[in-house]
Amino acid sequence: MDSPVGMERIHPLQNRRGASAHVGLTPAPPAIRIALRAGGDALSALSMAIGLDLPRAPKTAVVNGDGDRSVLWLGPDEWLLIDDGENGEAADLLARLAETGVLHSAVDVSHRNTAIMVTGEAAASVLAAGCPQDLSLKAFPVNACSRTVLGKIEVVIWRMADDMFRVECWRSFSDYAFAFLSEAAKDVR
Amino acid sequence: MLLIHCPYCAEERPEIEFRHAGEAHIARPDAMADLSEEAFQGYFFIRDNRKGEVFERWRHIHGCGRFFNAVRNTITDKFLATYEAGKPKPDLDALKAQKGTSA
Ligand SMILES: [Zn+2]
Repeated sequence: MDSPVGMERIHPLQNRRGASAHVGLTPAPPAIRIALRAGGDALSALSMAIGLDLPRAPKTAVVNGDGDRSVLWLGPDEWLLIDDGENGEAADLLARLAETGVLHSAVDVSHRNTAIMVTGEAAASVLAAGCPQDLSLKAFPVNACSRTVLGKIEVVIWRMADDMFRVECWRSFSDYAFAFLSEAAKDVR
Repeated sequence: MLLIHCPYCAEERPEIEFRHAGEAHIARPDAMADLSEEAFQGYFFIRDNRKGEVFERWRHIHGCGRFFNAVRNTITDKFLATYEAGKPKPDLDALKAQKGTSA
């Protein structure tokens, strides 16, 4: 697989596809992921280093102008950075964060997670089969993101558009997540 | 499903994102090694386990990950308040008056 973050690795959801008339399920391409923890006084320096303002508001994701890097608020001192890996490796990002000299923790979790793109008019309904949160556009608007639950597993969901969610889950749970969403897709009409 | 207000996420979230974490406002003794066995037992094991309103810790484990405190009625399972860890105990009578509940 032609991947910027690990040429030899096999995607845990390789060749998996799921779709119904109203929803599409697609494994997301490999990406750089960094689990970032920091206190309030470090945020401006870290934001400078990644070229993106770390959101302070709960449930908020921010995307850069090119659309190739984003940060998701997970908790008051915790973010998930996702980068498509076209402009350098995880180590480059970690080094840039380290150069700030401010107190923080940045861990490369690129291969701990994988993601499933849930698209189409029934995307929210399919997710709602296993996610207890209110996924209406009012409660969960575009660029809302949250760590939450899908069936028996923990996931991070991010609404990237009205009808598109990114579901980040741990690699070893991805088979379960994909099967769960595929089953749910059959029930939604 | 019960909805619990997380003070860090600043909204009500479904119960299954949370985990109960025992009684709140239990101060860890400064000089643990100097405690008598009885005093240690009191600190470590003995809990009020009241019927009615209790102060307890919860963790938004499948959400923001934070611990926070809550006032919950163990009979009705109603939450009277949730507040950030480290904040002082809210006044129970004032809370009950505000929520219109009786003990
Ligand atoms: Zn929370």
